[in-house]
Amino acid sequence: MPIIHYIEADGAEYEADVVVGSTVMQGAVDNMIDGILAECGGSCSCATCHCYVDEAWFEKVGEAGGTEKIMLEMAIDPQPTSRLSCQIKVTEELDGLVVRLPESQY
Amino acid sequence: MIRPLSAYDQHDITFRLNETAVKLNPLENALTLSTGESIGYDYLAFCTGARARKIPIPGSDLEGVFYLRSIDDVKGIKHRLDVRVKDRAKKSHKTSDSVNVVIVGGGYIGLETAAALRKMDVNVTVLEMQDRVLARVTAPEVSEFYQRVHAEEGVQIHTDSIVSHIEGEGQVSTVCCESGKCFDADLVIIGVGVVPNVELAEEAGLLVDNGIVVDEFAQTSVSNIFAAGDCTSHPNALLANSLMNGRLRLESVPNAMEQAKTVAASICGQSLPYASYPWFWSDQYNLKLQIAGLSQGFDQVVIRGDHKNSRSFVAWYLKQGKLLAADCVNRPKEFLVAKQLLSRGIKVDPALLVDESIDPKTFLQ
Repeated sequence: MPIIHYIEADGAEYEADVVVGSTVMQGAVDNMIDGILAECGGSCSCATCHCYVDEAWFEKVGEAGGTEKIMLEMAIDPQPTSRLSCQIKVTEELDGLVVRLPESQY
Repeated sequence: MIRPLSAYDQHDITFRLNETAVKLNPLENALTLSTGESIGYDYLAFCTGARARKIPIPGSDLEGVFYLRSIDDVKGIKHRLDVRVKDRAKKSHKTSDSVNVVIVGGGYIGLETAAALRKMDVNVTVLEMQDRVLARVTAPEVSEFYQRVHAEEGVQIHTDSIVSHIEGEGQVSTVCCESGKCFDADLVIIGVGVVPNVELAEEAGLLVDNGIVVDEFAQTSVSNIFAAGDCTSHPNALLANSLMNGRLRLESVPNAMEQAKTVAASICGQSLPYASYPWFWSDQYNLKLQIAGLSQGFDQVVIRGDHKNSRSFVAWYLKQGKLLAADCVNRPKEFLVAKQLLSRGIKVDPALLVDESIDPKTFLQ
């Protein structure tokens, strides 16, 4: 099962097993990682699951498109590798993925 | 379960499923379960939510009539649809288009269900008792929009329609209205609101009034008992001008999540008063509706975009020139801007709100 690494703003690191087909957001929520709120449960409606994909992984993960891109423009402190984690589907290819979490989702 | 049990284990949280609490004794700090077991506590939090409002119409207990609240309801509906679709295919070689679903209630549940069902290509009829859908929560312009889109997608919406009884022999066959009009139904789904689960609290003597009454710290009328979410009647300092008696009951995920944090803070002796602007979302067809704020009490509605001919617009609700809420359809940017306008108390000239040549982000400057 792929492992996703979550690094909180204060430096705390978490490793989570996230099943293929699930999302990076769900992995955080299932493991009670505070930095992801996911108020809308993954329907790309709230921008509170915002994360920064590690630069080394960004090409594999890809850029945001459509609604996600618009939402990200208004997220707190968006960066070039910003993604809404509910839109990142976990695949075998993403085993070892590293994402950093913002200080706040508000 | 929202999370896997293992997540709770890891955080030393004991999760007991299939256990029903039947009596609360605040004086003894004890909760009695249906098994007779008594559990003592230092602190108690009510997160009992709400249940589907049931309407006592004759025939509502026929097979094929469902409310929509639990996963079992969903399974039951899916199963019945499956059976009826296969049945029709066998009998008439026609497409599944002839399976009839009648939905009672034109609120979010009713409309979302209608949209989901049309994807499965069944006939859908929505019966709404008021003169427009979403009457309780939106302006006429928004109701008009949703009625148009649903009609475009093949849903039959009948407003001013009060269901009088449901007919059938063992199984549902027809839904009838007070007007005398009747509709064929292989399946009926009723979505007419919810009722907060307050009985346990009320019987124990806690103050209850359209929900378990709590203050801004989510504390009930008993000092070591708290409550969060759909079951609560709570104050919100930000909405003071819009609220009747200073409190409200919200059916909203963000409210449940936020209030829960306030409960946790209170129990840990910290202060995190709950007062956020409500927000909601609803997905139907290719319509993403995001609502910022609460529109109750508005005296002015202005529209950005074309709600009569397109599937993208914003309805801004104002009271005495001040923004109360925004219903945003396929306008995620405006939605997030609206949230900030509200939380930061920024006033914007309505003439600008409706001006499509202006980037909404500039409203925040």
